[in-house]
Amino acid sequence: MTPFTAALLRPDASPPDDISKATRNRFDIYRNNVAVSLTGALEAAFPTVRTLVGDEFFKAMAGIFLRGHLPQDPRLALYGGELPAFLDSFPPAKDLPYLPDIARLEQALRESYHAADARPIQPARLTDLTEDELLGTCLVLAPASRTIRSNWPIHGIYKAQTDKSLRPKMRAETVLITRSKYDPVMTVVDPANVGLLEAIADQQTLGASLSSHPGADLTSVLGLLLGQGTIIDLHRKANP
Amino acid sequence: MLDTTDRTLPNQPGIGFKSQHFQDLLDDPGPVAWLEIHAENYMGDGGRPLAQLRELSAHFPISVHGVGLSIGGERQLDPDHLARLKYLCDWLSPASFSEHLAWSTHDTGYLNDLLPLPYDKVSLSRVAGHIAQVQDTLGRQMLLENPSSYLSFDTSTMTETEFLSELTTRTGCGLLLDVNNVFISATNLETEPQAYIDAFPTDAVGEIHLGGHDEEDQGSSRLLIDSHAKSVADPVWDLLAYTLSQTGPAPLLVEWDTDVPPFPVLRDEAARAQLALAG
Repeated sequence: MTPFTAALLRPDASPPDDISKATRNRFDIYRNNVAVSLTGALEAAFPTVRTLVGDEFFKAMAGIFLRGHLPQDPRLALYGGELPAFLDSFPPAKDLPYLPDIARLEQALRESYHAADARPIQPARLTDLTEDELLGTCLVLAPASRTIRSNWPIHGIYKAQTDKSLRPKMRAETVLITRSKYDPVMTVVDPANVGLLEAIADQQTLGASLSSHPGADLTSVLGLLLGQGTIIDLHRKANP
Repeated sequence: MLDTTDRTLPNQPGIGFKSQHFQDLLDDPGPVAWLEIHAENYMGDGGRPLAQLRELSAHFPISVHGVGLSIGGERQLDPDHLARLKYLCDWLSPASFSEHLAWSTHDTGYLNDLLPLPYDKVSLSRVAGHIAQVQDTLGRQMLLENPSSYLSFDTSTMTETEFLSELTTRTGCGLLLDVNNVFISATNLETEPQAYIDAFPTDAVGEIHLGGHDEEDQGSSRLLIDSHAKSVADPVWDLLAYTLSQTGPAPLLVEWDTDVPPFPVLRDEAARAQLALAG
């Protein structure tokens, strides 16, 4: 690490030796810019996490996070992908066990926002299939779709931060994120269908997905995916 | 590729594009004749940012302004980032591409600030090599922007204007003259802003930037911070008038990146820039 970089990232370090004596006290401006701008990027990225922990906590947490997890390239739109895992083992946040999953949800929403555009299939391509054909089919979901599974009511907690009249119910929630045009949309998935949805998203055939999750409702999941316009292609797989 | 028309930036006011002003710009841009975008905000795969840019480019000449290439960095340019810039420029066919005389990555992650470098022969050779690489990769001339400075290096052996002049000679690059940065640096380093303009290689200027700065109380010395968070200060407008008397008309951008106001406030700044251009 160059002396300049090392001194930027360590608040107690002396400025590099080659800075003119008369301007050495100005080094803190750069040090401050780095911390403030990256903290600002995280604040913009994780507004719900910030509301849940409060501004002061968030700033302190961001300061620790960013020193160990600098952006790896200048695209800040997705900076913070490592924050959920960081929060998993961040002792000061242990009283908010759902916090890492809220961060996962917010990161997935940003990824969805910036994902490639894609056109949904005509529903008839799916509904015209015979049952045998359907069970041998894999679905390709839109690049903007994401599934976030949690043991906590992440959707309820997320929504309650902007609508204070809402009271999240204590339950496990899995959220399907889709994007019809430009804005990501969240749907809470019926717990009985979560495994099936994940298998489908993983491009297993509908038949294989269903046989590993026999209690799930395939019609309901297909209706959800078609309704959200998030199926963008189909592939037939030969019967095993 | 969106539009193969060869477009250049007009000698008119432009503003830094913010997505909340998208509809205002299509409805009634007033004197805003062109737009500048920060390249790194348009490197996603799709969605609203690219859709807005596609539509705006049908109505306005666009300047792509990079903030993260780290041209002053003490290592090779990031080939992946350079490839992303090329992809964006090939897709958009912008009227201009510019970057900063600064670094943001020497040897570790991206620091998200425009950091200073000493002006010596080692830096000159390295930066010239990076500029040549950018111009070769993008297949176009680039403009290099003068930084706002808070400190100086004992190891510098030439002035900033000498350094920039030499870069234009060695690489054929143009210059983006940020008048607010000139004013900030001159105040912070206790030099004369007009003398900087006098020494600047004005023939190479392809664009001029204006922006707002903050002032911090440092007791005996004045400290200005390049915040882009408010309107352009009166002494910067004065320095702009002096600059335009040396350069002649040029594409003139108003930057406002933090605490971004409603569009009419920016339109008023652009109108003031238009008056300055009219002399």
